[in-house]
Amino acid sequence: MNRVEGRVKVTGLATYAAEYPVEGVTYAYPVQSRVAKGRVRRVDASAALAMPGVLAVLSCEDPPRLATEAEGELALFQSRDVAYRGQLVAAAVADTYENARAAADAIVVEYDQDVHDVSLRADHPGLYRPEVVNPAFPSDTEKGDIEAGLDAAETTVDVTYTTPVLHNNPMEPHAALALWDEEGRLLVYDTAQGTSSSRDMIASTLGLPKEHVRVVSRHVGGGFGSKGTTRPQAVLAALAARAAGRPVKIALTRQQMFDVTGYRTPTIQRLRLGVDSDGRLTALDHTAYEQSSTLEEFAEQTAVPARVMYATPALRTAHRLVRLDVATPSWMRAPGECPGMYALESAMDELAFAAGIDPIELRVRNEPETAPDSGLPFSSRNLVACLREGARRFGWDRRDPAPGIVREGEWMVGTGVAASTYPAVRRPSRARVTMREGDFLVQVAAADIGTGSRTALTAIAAGALGVAPDRVHVELGDSDLPEAPVAGGSMGTASWGSAVVRACEALKVNGTEGVADTTDEVKQDARLARHAFGAQFAEVRVNAVTGEVRLSRLLGVFAAGRIVDPVLARSQFIGGMTMGAGMALMEETLTDEEFGGFLRRDLAQYHVPACADLPDVEAVWLDEDDGELNPMGSKGIGEIGIVGTAAAIGNAVHHATGHRVRDLPITPPKILALRF
Amino acid sequence: MKTFEYARAESPADAVRKFAPGAMYLGGGTNLVDLMRLGVARPDHLVDVSRLPLDAVEEAGDRVRIGAAVRNSDLAAHPLIRSRYPMLARALLAGASGQVRNMATVAGNLLQRTRCAYFQDVTRPCNKREPGSGCPAIEGDHTNLAILGASHACVATHPSDMAVALAALDAEVHVTGPGGDKIIPMPGLHRLPGDAPERDTVLDPGDLITGVELPAPPPGASLYRKVRERASFAFALASIAAVLDVRDGTVAGCRIALGSLAHAPWRAERAEQVLVGGPATGEAFLTAAEAELEQARALPRNAFKVPLARNLIVRALEELAS
Repeated sequence: MNRVEGRVKVTGLATYAAEYPVEGVTYAYPVQSRVAKGRVRRVDASAALAMPGVLAVLSCEDPPRLATEAEGELALFQSRDVAYRGQLVAAAVADTYENARAAADAIVVEYDQDVHDVSLRADHPGLYRPEVVNPAFPSDTEKGDIEAGLDAAETTVDVTYTTPVLHNNPMEPHAALALWDEEGRLLVYDTAQGTSSSRDMIASTLGLPKEHVRVVSRHVGGGFGSKGTTRPQAVLAALAARAAGRPVKIALTRQQMFDVTGYRTPTIQRLRLGVDSDGRLTALDHTAYEQSSTLEEFAEQTAVPARVMYATPALRTAHRLVRLDVATPSWMRAPGECPGMYALESAMDELAFAAGIDPIELRVRNEPETAPDSGLPFSSRNLVACLREGARRFGWDRRDPAPGIVREGEWMVGTGVAASTYPAVRRPSRARVTMREGDFLVQVAAADIGTGSRTALTAIAAGALGVAPDRVHVELGDSDLPEAPVAGGSMGTASWGSAVVRACEALKVNGTEGVADTTDEVKQDARLARHAFGAQFAEVRVNAVTGEVRLSRLLGVFAAGRIVDPVLARSQFIGGMTMGAGMALMEETLTDEEFGGFLRRDLAQYHVPACADLPDVEAVWLDEDDGELNPMGSKGIGEIGIVGTAAAIGNAVHHATGHRVRDLPITPPKILALRF
Repeated sequence: MKTFEYARAESPADAVRKFAPGAMYLGGGTNLVDLMRLGVARPDHLVDVSRLPLDAVEEAGDRVRIGAAVRNSDLAAHPLIRSRYPMLARALLAGASGQVRNMATVAGNLLQRTRCAYFQDVTRPCNKREPGSGCPAIEGDHTNLAILGASHACVATHPSDMAVALAALDAEVHVTGPGGDKIIPMPGLHRLPGDAPERDTVLDPGDLITGVELPAPPPGASLYRKVRERASFAFALASIAAVLDVRDGTVAGCRIALGSLAHAPWRAERAEQVLVGGPATGEAFLTAAEAELEQARALPRNAFKVPLARNLIVRALEELAS
């Protein structure tokens, strides 16, 4: 089935947030803090207000009215305190984008500057244990005796990995267009991964009843989590429109996106593993050190995947957080699993090598019968089958485990493997299906952020109704539709699809309309551990002369329930794997120690992979029949593709060179520092 | 964004006439327009020279003349360049992306600015953008900045690939301007930062590059090689354009130019001097590379460029000798 919105996208008719034609629209442009810590002493807007076309200036000199519940990154201009360099401290509103930007340049902000601290260190005195990690996991868990397990081990590893600040970088910039009507109702065209939650957040921030707010996001050009929570542009557009008495549009620049739309925290991760002479784990200890801002606590659940991966008598996971003078980190594709499995799966490879065991075999020997931490049975778990199938397809049996021996001219060649996992979660959702002139209208406040969820939901509804897909029309991306959770956490299709199927079932009984609310149904999900699994295989070529690392092959094998749409699924898997390749080899935002904020804030400096970087990438999946999941039998696939990729590549670099690079990304400077 | 006046030039002389104080010439716009959006370039006037009749690649005896407005992709594909100067074609194709090369002009490529993060960010100091404000790159992010010929004021690099090949080919840059016409031999167009990093080149205000002339290709084999962590669409961490003429085991001629290591394409004259007249052996190549890189002054984050440049020189010469 082709993408149902394909035609409007390729013909340019699909409307993104900044593209709605609105009469009398005006523009806002933000002013960002030039200091990383301190207080705004004074904002002088007199010159800006005298400029042509300028309608208003917003700042803490005259704080716009927000609800007392407004907090953190969304409490715009409520305080004089500056929490990080790049924070929004003022904004100009004008009749044109150019005039707004020129006026913003003319706003003079004076600061009382304090000494800032923007550096994450594992020995930072400000480290503490958060109560919970994203979204609500316990920070620390401990089972068995780690030290005894390590003492009893035949082979141990004690290794530390670091990952840099990473940015989501969707193609469509964060944008918003806000309109107030005469009754004080607000309409926001936003770049939201979820219109229901965005409506709720905007309403509570502005102190409006949620019935007075409508959020529309019919098409979203990627988000990767950065549009999963409401971002400042939506609140700023609403405040600016209120101040100017006109509709206001904002589209953040790429550089501004680096500052105020979230990022993945840098991590420092220590792994201690022990294995006995039979290759069975005796201990697994995973501690993650991470940062958040002084505005909000966001604690990435980096060590959480270690709670589901391997059988071990002693398992400890811990998170330590420090609040720095930085922007608040947030969701980026597979928060927790992505950085955590990079470290765990790299350490497993180190352990396999140290113990002289094949890395696939080590994983197979430590396959748990039930979830290691919770003890819950798995609804289905096919990690071993993924590893075996991947090994067969990749030609693993022809691999000589000795590192640093395959050489082709300047190139050292190596292969590596790593496991992937991601939770298969559902959230409550509502949906409505109505019969109209023989066709079926499906309504749900879902989001299509480029994944093809319109298409997937069309197929799901058609299947449930037993009709051809061209008789089904899906309406989504609007908070006036039946309430639905965000496109995030790989739970969109499972959550919305469940509600759509139930609504279709109700329609078949009723004859003309069906509505559903899956709140009660989803409560039953907690009885089982529900996770997708996968295995990633990488072949790299490392150049001994230049230090360049090229990824010559990348294969992912996944077990993710029933695949709803193979074309969309392949695109999700490969997209995730490509992002994982970027994490392994090039993606890195630098923190500016001297001035605070970030450096390399554009796509010429923050490199994501080009087509030439992935000459041979393939994703396949196993048939997995899991009747415990949801009416579709599906597991989410938006994130698992990025999980484990970087470890597979790093493990392949070790196999090629005989050296471990434990600090991502693995770039030529780090390879050239090695001795071959 | 600052407002500016736009005028299209009808001829090179008309362009120079229209060049008022605060003006800039506009070629393909692939760098200048970005810099204007960033507020780094704030011209009062833009004189569009992209449509001047300077778009030909012509044979002139054993030389080749390239118009300043020739697009990078057209130059790379031109039979005269592909057959006589394959190193230049390779350098061009190693730069940017197909879309950018379709827009970018020869003169614009030569005159593109450094991609140093501080230079491109008007909220941070930069001596090149704002003389006297300081150079935070020296203690900050200088991963891809200079190890050769830098100063206390500036460690920026020139990012062009094409200019490195032109430096190795002894190309001549033809210029017209308020002070008349002149010919500048490469790599002399670009200067080292010294105490005036705001000046990238030796050009005077109003000078307009009209073309580049290539002398007959030097005898010997040639290559261009570029190192980058992304396989495409990335500036070089280092690059090399090299020509080697070996006769009876002896180096009869040698040209080496290095990219992304200095404020200008870096002609490795010391290495060339060590090599010419000597044996074409791996040992000699290493001695030459080390002689050149004795003058390198690395910073903590770009120290990798010293072994990288050494490896590139040795490997390029080995490949050309074989």
